[in-house]
Amino acid sequence: MVDTERCKGCELCVISCPTHVIAMSKNVNSKGYHYAYMENPDACNGCTNCAVVCPDGVITVYRMKVEEKTEV
Amino acid sequence: MADIDIKDIVKEENIVYKKTKVLTDKVMHYCPGCGHSTTHRIIAEVIEEMGIQDKTIGIAPVGCSVFMYDYIDVDTQEAAHGRAPALATAIKRLLPDRFVFTYQGDGDLAAIGTAETIHACNRGENITMIFINNGIYGMTGGQMAPTSLEGMRTSTTPYGRDPGLMGHPIKMTELVAQLPGTYYVTRQAVHTPNLVRKTKKAIRKAFEYQKLNKGVSFVEVVSNCNSGWKMTPVKAVKWLDENMLSFYPLGDIKVPEK
Amino acid sequence: MKKLKNMEEDFVLMKGNEALAEAAIRAGADGYFGYPITPQSEVMEYLTAAKPWERTGMVVLQAESEVSAINMLYGGAGAGKRVMTSSSSPGISLMQEGISYIAGAELPVVVANVVRGGPGLGTIQPSQSDYFQATKGGGHGDYHLLVLAPSSVQEMADFMPLAFDLAFKYRNPVMILSDGAIGQMMEKVKFQPQRPRMKDEELPDWATTGKKPDRERNIITSLDLDPYRQERFNRKLIEKYQKMKEEEVRYETFQCEDAEYLFVAYGTSSRICQKSVQLAREKGIKAGLFRPITLFPFPEKQVGALADQVRGMLSVEMSAGQMVEDVRLATNGKVPVEHYGRMGGVIPAPDEIVEVLIQKFIGG
Repeated sequence: MVDTERCKGCELCVISCPTHVIAMSKNVNSKGYHYAYMENPDACNGCTNCAVVCPDGVITVYRMKVEEKTEV
Repeated sequence: MADIDIKDIVKEENIVYKKTKVLTDKVMHYCPGCGHSTTHRIIAEVIEEMGIQDKTIGIAPVGCSVFMYDYIDVDTQEAAHGRAPALATAIKRLLPDRFVFTYQGDGDLAAIGTAETIHACNRGENITMIFINNGIYGMTGGQMAPTSLEGMRTSTTPYGRDPGLMGHPIKMTELVAQLPGTYYVTRQAVHTPNLVRKTKKAIRKAFEYQKLNKGVSFVEVVSNCNSGWKMTPVKAVKWLDENMLSFYPLGDIKVPEK
Repeated sequence: MKKLKNMEEDFVLMKGNEALAEAAIRAGADGYFGYPITPQSEVMEYLTAAKPWERTGMVVLQAESEVSAINMLYGGAGAGKRVMTSSSSPGISLMQEGISYIAGAELPVVVANVVRGGPGLGTIQPSQSDYFQATKGGGHGDYHLLVLAPSSVQEMADFMPLAFDLAFKYRNPVMILSDGAIGQMMEKVKFQPQRPRMKDEELPDWATTGKKPDRERNIITSLDLDPYRQERFNRKLIEKYQKMKEEEVRYETFQCEDAEYLFVAYGTSSRICQKSVQLAREKGIKAGLFRPITLFPFPEKQVGALADQVRGMLSVEMSAGQMVEDVRLATNGKVPVEHYGRMGGVIPAPDEIVEVLIQKFIGG
């Protein structure tokens, strides 16, 4: 989950994701930043790279181990 | 593969990463992609994991991170430019069972505060010193720092830093490692997830070592300054990889002997 | 060093600087952070020899510069501890940034200035040329130090616990403004008994001692980018100094009851003027001495009241004339006010001062 209001559009998550899940939205938040969103949610494996590199900690990662399905 | 509802996944018990409680809710004022934000986050996470929020005292510098105390939820003192190690010296000697850390940029630690940096390290104060090196003076608009690279364009070296006029960039970390008062000296970075994880381990060690009373734990974080360097975060990180790290190589410079 | 157990009942002979140091230990100081400079290095030398860390746990540390020392004070005071330093004029100049920050962060510290001749590197002999620096702020911004001016080794000792108490009462830096003569001379002194250092639980609740879960984090800072909030803060400081003016004025008078001419002097100058009063009276001149003990807050009311009684005031200072301005302000033009002073570390003689009094006021 991306806190879109706090995202500053730095794009570091985009380049850190090993499976190219994230892209920058064409929309902007109230500060004028293009925020990050999951363009390919099914490719996410919950590695937390995006959240770990995010300077502002706007990403929360949920991983459901049993079903091996993840959501960011 | 949409047979699992998103509502099943987004549940409290499935969280594998979320923002630490030791960071306040205030949105950090740093530029997008700035290493300050990431490092603040890492420090806060270490404090939460070690359970020392009620025992930690931080000292904020003058620079972009002058408002560190608005973001990391621990008792904090604002130091004059460059003087943080002096404050930390007194606080740690007067309250030896607390965890005391300083957080400084390159102007603070390597220009105006050089004497305080060297002497706190020489005396072997049992503190953690965190040094954010982005090779520029961010807050005041992008002037040259002692750590700016040769040839680097800044607002006071518009034609590139000329070592003949302004000297070479200074490697504070290697300097302080030579002093017997430093116990753990390392250089890290925070612009990729793996580096963030490594830096967090380093900062965790730097805090843990305070308990040993063996001297300064010094962690340099080589960071990008997107506004100062006038690049996008993604380009700045690339520039960092290609230029800063060859001069400021990452890794442990001094580790405690086993 | 004399045996400690006698110092409360018997007089001992000590230098002013040493008395200051011994008194600091007994006042329950938590830390001394200083740097050597003549004529006050004995303060730190006494402290490192007396080993107060074994007596009370007091920390004594020689810093790498006065700049560092004053910032160590900021850190220690921010953590709620009783901390002090001592230095002399050029070193005090180096400390001005730190002192301004300390006043702006409302921290309690004690700074002793054993004044020497200036400006610049100056001399090592005594002077009183730091009055402006001490009483008008010294560093940048609208603030004041509470300034105590001892005139004897006994006062050097007595003012130490007083300075700490005032610093914590007002959350403001307090300066003990001495001079090289008082710092170096030996006189008899008796000390107050040891009072305990503050325990962890007794540290003030605004200090950075570690954020317990039951409170918000404490932030010690002098920065506020909101101008209206900063203005309100400056008003708060003004009220603080107003309260000091109402409650903390201290002074001493000597033969003022029937005086027609007044010497106004502090510190070493006041002792010389005591003799000058005596010499003047032998010549039939009814002279008196007014000795301010607090230079800030300055005893304006008392000096102003004496202006109704006397025909002239002579401000005697080892400087080019600094306190004389405050005397003039206090008398508000009611009476002629003149200054006499020697500079560069030269100390005036009592008869010299009487001659000046006669010359400037009585004619001849």
